[in-house]
Amino acid sequence: MKHEEKHTHISLEHGSGGALSKELIEKVIYPFFQGRDFPELSDSSCFSLQGRAFITTDTYVVDPPFFPGGNIGSLAVFGTCNDLAVCGAEPRYLTLAFVIEEGFSIGELKKVLHSIKKAAEDAHVKILSGDTKVVPSGKGGGIYINTAGVGESIISFNLSPSRIREGDTILVSAPLGAHGITVLAARESLKIASSLSSDCASLYPLCRSLCSLGEELRFMRDATRGGAAAILNEIAESRSFGLEVVESNFPIEKKIAAAADILGLNVLEIANEGVLIAVVSENAGSKALELLHSKPLGQKACIVGRATSAYPGMVILETTVGGRRVLDLPRGLLLPRIC
Amino acid sequence: MLIVLKEELHDRNLAKALIGEIQKAAEDIGRELKIMEVCGTHTVSLRRSGIHSFLPDNITMISGPGCPVCVTPAGYVDNALSLLEEEELTLATFGDMLKVPGSGGISLSRYIGSGRVRIIYSPSDLISMAQSGEKPIVFLGIGFETTIPTIASVFLRAFEQGIHNLFLYPAFKTVPPALQALLSSPDRNFDAFLLPGHVSVILGLEPYRLLEKPGGVPGVITGFEPIDLLGGILSILKQLRAGENKVENAYPRAVRREGNPRAREIMNRLLQPSDELWRGLGIIPLSGMRLKAKYMDFDAGIRFGLPEIRNFEPPGCICAQVIQGKALPNQCSLFGKNCTPDKPVGPCMVSSEGSCAANFRYRELPV
Repeated sequence: MKHEEKHTHISLEHGSGGALSKELIEKVIYPFFQGRDFPELSDSSCFSLQGRAFITTDTYVVDPPFFPGGNIGSLAVFGTCNDLAVCGAEPRYLTLAFVIEEGFSIGELKKVLHSIKKAAEDAHVKILSGDTKVVPSGKGGGIYINTAGVGESIISFNLSPSRIREGDTILVSAPLGAHGITVLAARESLKIASSLSSDCASLYPLCRSLCSLGEELRFMRDATRGGAAAILNEIAESRSFGLEVVESNFPIEKKIAAAADILGLNVLEIANEGVLIAVVSENAGSKALELLHSKPLGQKACIVGRATSAYPGMVILETTVGGRRVLDLPRGLLLPRIC
Repeated sequence: MLIVLKEELHDRNLAKALIGEIQKAAEDIGRELKIMEVCGTHTVSLRRSGIHSFLPDNITMISGPGCPVCVTPAGYVDNALSLLEEEELTLATFGDMLKVPGSGGISLSRYIGSGRVRIIYSPSDLISMAQSGEKPIVFLGIGFETTIPTIASVFLRAFEQGIHNLFLYPAFKTVPPALQALLSSPDRNFDAFLLPGHVSVILGLEPYRLLEKPGGVPGVITGFEPIDLLGGILSILKQLRAGENKVENAYPRAVRREGNPRAREIMNRLLQPSDELWRGLGIIPLSGMRLKAKYMDFDAGIRFGLPEIRNFEPPGCICAQVIQGKALPNQCSLFGKNCTPDKPVGPCMVSSEGSCAANFRYRELPV
């Protein structure tokens, strides 16, 4: 009899370290990853890397864990791989640690595991180690995932905002706002959700492509929490240059713009999980755009602005109607309007 | 269709043409002009679209008392806090009220983890909240004519259903009496009103006719997209140039002459006009909405014996002047230093629609 036929939901006993824990790992989790790429069950896993390597860690607590276009599993894999990719590293190995709330459906856990498996295949990354803990009902948000990721550098230098010079070109790889709006709409059960889908995807193909520019590539970031506005401000903060961007140049899909408008949100401040912001030299701008356009995920990429010496440390936005103002860091919670 | 319209309302060429006309009109008038945007959403839209950056130098946009959080006295927050301290109840509120400090510097957000303060997104949630338990639920009723009808309909439903554990603590405000108070102010310092689009959807044009009397000022009902705003400003300038003070509707795609009589009827069934204390403006006659005698059992102020609401301004904070258009946010010594959206001192920095918050968030470029 299958494990989930006897146990439909996670119980505290699944996290006890005893027989039921062993059964959960061996019969539910392990089968998703068993194969030539997955090690035998042991306390730790061995791997080797060549040359410069990068390591990152992240924790995923998305609410709700399932949303159109993905779930917490695919998000954890792609999110961690993207943190490596934007540093110019090829994602190689991941670890996954689950914190599951008592009462979480084992059927849903299997859906998460299936997404993890598929995302790991898409991103060509191997899952080397894992852990499972169970917390009492009411003490967790269904399921949380913590990851670590290791990648091998494909360039010989560190990408950094300190490499940015006046005139450098800023690019955005894909339309903004899809992930944040989709999750928010799913959380609040808003009807607009039916036509929306998260952009959750691996950015490595785009990053690898831009790395071919060599030192003309200055810096890359995935525009996650806080959206493009937060990343642009992080790039400019405390620097001797500022960034000038043009609102109407940002790729934004009409349905996302409409949904954000209804919710009173600014698309530039909304989280993305499949959008790369890159800064390249002035000369390499059009080549970088070509490189992005040649990849499926970068077909709607746009040049959105440039680095300037005029406003050091600041991000300046030219608005749709040609006004100019500071583009600030997003502040406060995403509270709805009251009138 | 709506999306196409939205794009047109951001059209750069159209904007350029309007700006050209605005510059011409401003030049013809030739003197310093102050236009008060009465509504908080206008304040945000003007700042967000960067319209300030290309208005002629002799035009200043000033904020009015149109952000519901900003005009709520600190004493109201004090009373709400005392309810939590002294009574076994749950407070329900719109999110923007959470961070407003009372006179002791404490805000409702202190209680957010306790489960005793609940943020609601739609007033209709109040019914199911009340039905799910016995404990009293007090709703902090703030807002203008835009918000009041929805809240009123919920309490009328609660009355019909005999719900006894739901209470309203009203601090509602109505716009026309505030406009009258601003007009009659001895140190009035504005030349025209950009009238609120959303409020006008409910009110229509008639309640603004007071502006057309001798001594009045131009009033133009305006929408919230950049082209709407530029169009509204241009209509105001044309009136000023012609020496007129008329009420105009520059937002006809949303506002009808008669407004929304049904919404007004719902509001007036539950509530009746009352004198109301406004932060910064003091008591304005008949500018509030209190429960009618028939529905008095809903009144949290009576049920829990709350004291009269006091006015209080934090030391150094000039929100009271800002919402009367008598000072600009950056003239406050706290602005952007001791008072930021992350750590607000006054209500205009708390509310996303407050003038200080909008001026901080969508700052103009340094000169």
